[in-house]
Amino acid sequence: MPQIAQIAETFGSQFFWLFLTFGLIYLVIGRGMVPKISGTVEARDRRIADDLAAAERARTEADAREEAYRTQTEANRAEALKLTQAAKQDAARQTEARVKAADAETNVRVADAEARIRTAADAAMADIETVAAEAAQDMVAKLSGANVSRERAAEAVRVALANG
Amino acid sequence: MAAESGKIDPMHQFEVQSITDLFTVGGQQIAFTNSALWMVITLGVLWAFMMGGMRRQLVPGRWQAAVEGVTGFIENMMVTNIGPQGRKFVPYVFSLFMFILFANILGLLPLGVVGVHPFTVTSHLTITGVLAIVSFGIVLAVGFAKHGLHFFSLFVPHGAPWWMLPILIPVEFVSFMVRPFSLALRLFVAMTAGHILLKVLAGFVINGMNADAAWVAPIVSLPSFILMIGISALELLVAAIQAYVFALLTSLYLNDAVNLH
Repeated sequence: MPQIAQIAETFGSQFFWLFLTFGLIYLVIGRGMVPKISGTVEARDRRIADDLAAAERARTEADAREEAYRTQTEANRAEALKLTQAAKQDAARQTEARVKAADAETNVRVADAEARIRTAADAAMADIETVAAEAAQDMVAKLSGANVSRERAAEAVRVALANG
Repeated sequence: MAAESGKIDPMHQFEVQSITDLFTVGGQQIAFTNSALWMVITLGVLWAFMMGGMRRQLVPGRWQAAVEGVTGFIENMMVTNIGPQGRKFVPYVFSLFMFILFANILGLLPLGVVGVHPFTVTSHLTITGVLAIVSFGIVLAVGFAKHGLHFFSLFVPHGAPWWMLPILIPVEFVSFMVRPFSLALRLFVAMTAGHILLKVLAGFVINGMNADAAWVAPIVSLPSFILMIGISALELLVAAIQAYVFALLTSLYLNDAVNLH
């Protein structure tokens, strides 16, 4: 086995070259390159984690905004509903008042008109009595030739009308 | 290999051959060997692989994703086994894992087809031994630096009755001290055995083809060749598993040092 047979004559150069090459590997590659490569990986991992966190933050913010928007919309809707109802009630009240006022006015005018009608009826009635008395006076004069006074004719008409 | 002598030597592939003798330190010849060449190739290929991960784009391409996958895999393993403190050891365990993985796989490349002989760095006890001792040394250093002499409580199992301690403490101590050996031997043996098996089967294929009797080739060479394909796939798996096991055990031992029990 040359590994053991040659050990006495070759260990010097084996050790020398191993220390040289392995030392270079350790210093240049192990100490120099490996930390940089893991640094790159770490930076990438950190960046991915940051991006994910930023996305998560943005999502939360969007959720909050949407929530706020919804709350605002609901509040607005409630407010609008309240305003509408108030306006409706107001309008109803005003209408009622106007109807009442119009009603009252109408009543007044109806009463007025009734009064005028009554007056007119009374006047008409009085006219009828006068005309009837004159007609009775004329009829009596034509039939009997007697002159009846206006007062007696009127008296007779009133009695006849009352019996009428 | 070594076909000059007419027989195929499956151990020849593990021979360290000097390419250029460089200098001498304390009587030891330091040479640029084929082993050194493959360590340098491992370093180069690993560096090229890692450069693909240095583009640092926000959206990674395939290559960058592959590199980030490996670093993430080791980081994950350290954090799972040790906790957040495990991040400190990621550079070392990552270097260990990638060095072993690339050395294992580069040693398996079928470059012999084009006449280059790949050399499996991790099939050498000297290499795996040093890596194991470095890992063990880090465990000891971290353990004593963090817990001082309290680190020795590692040898006292939780909830053991006091009269068992004289038996348990030596057992725990031995099992602790055996760790670097098991770490080194596991990788060395797995790589060596796999490569010997492949080479022996390859020898069967070649010797069968060269046999004088015509019936030998279909009966010996063909099944050996089919078996080789399967074993090669298995060896690729072993290459990855052994690198993973080395890194995983290192992280478990580091967990003992950092968190005690």
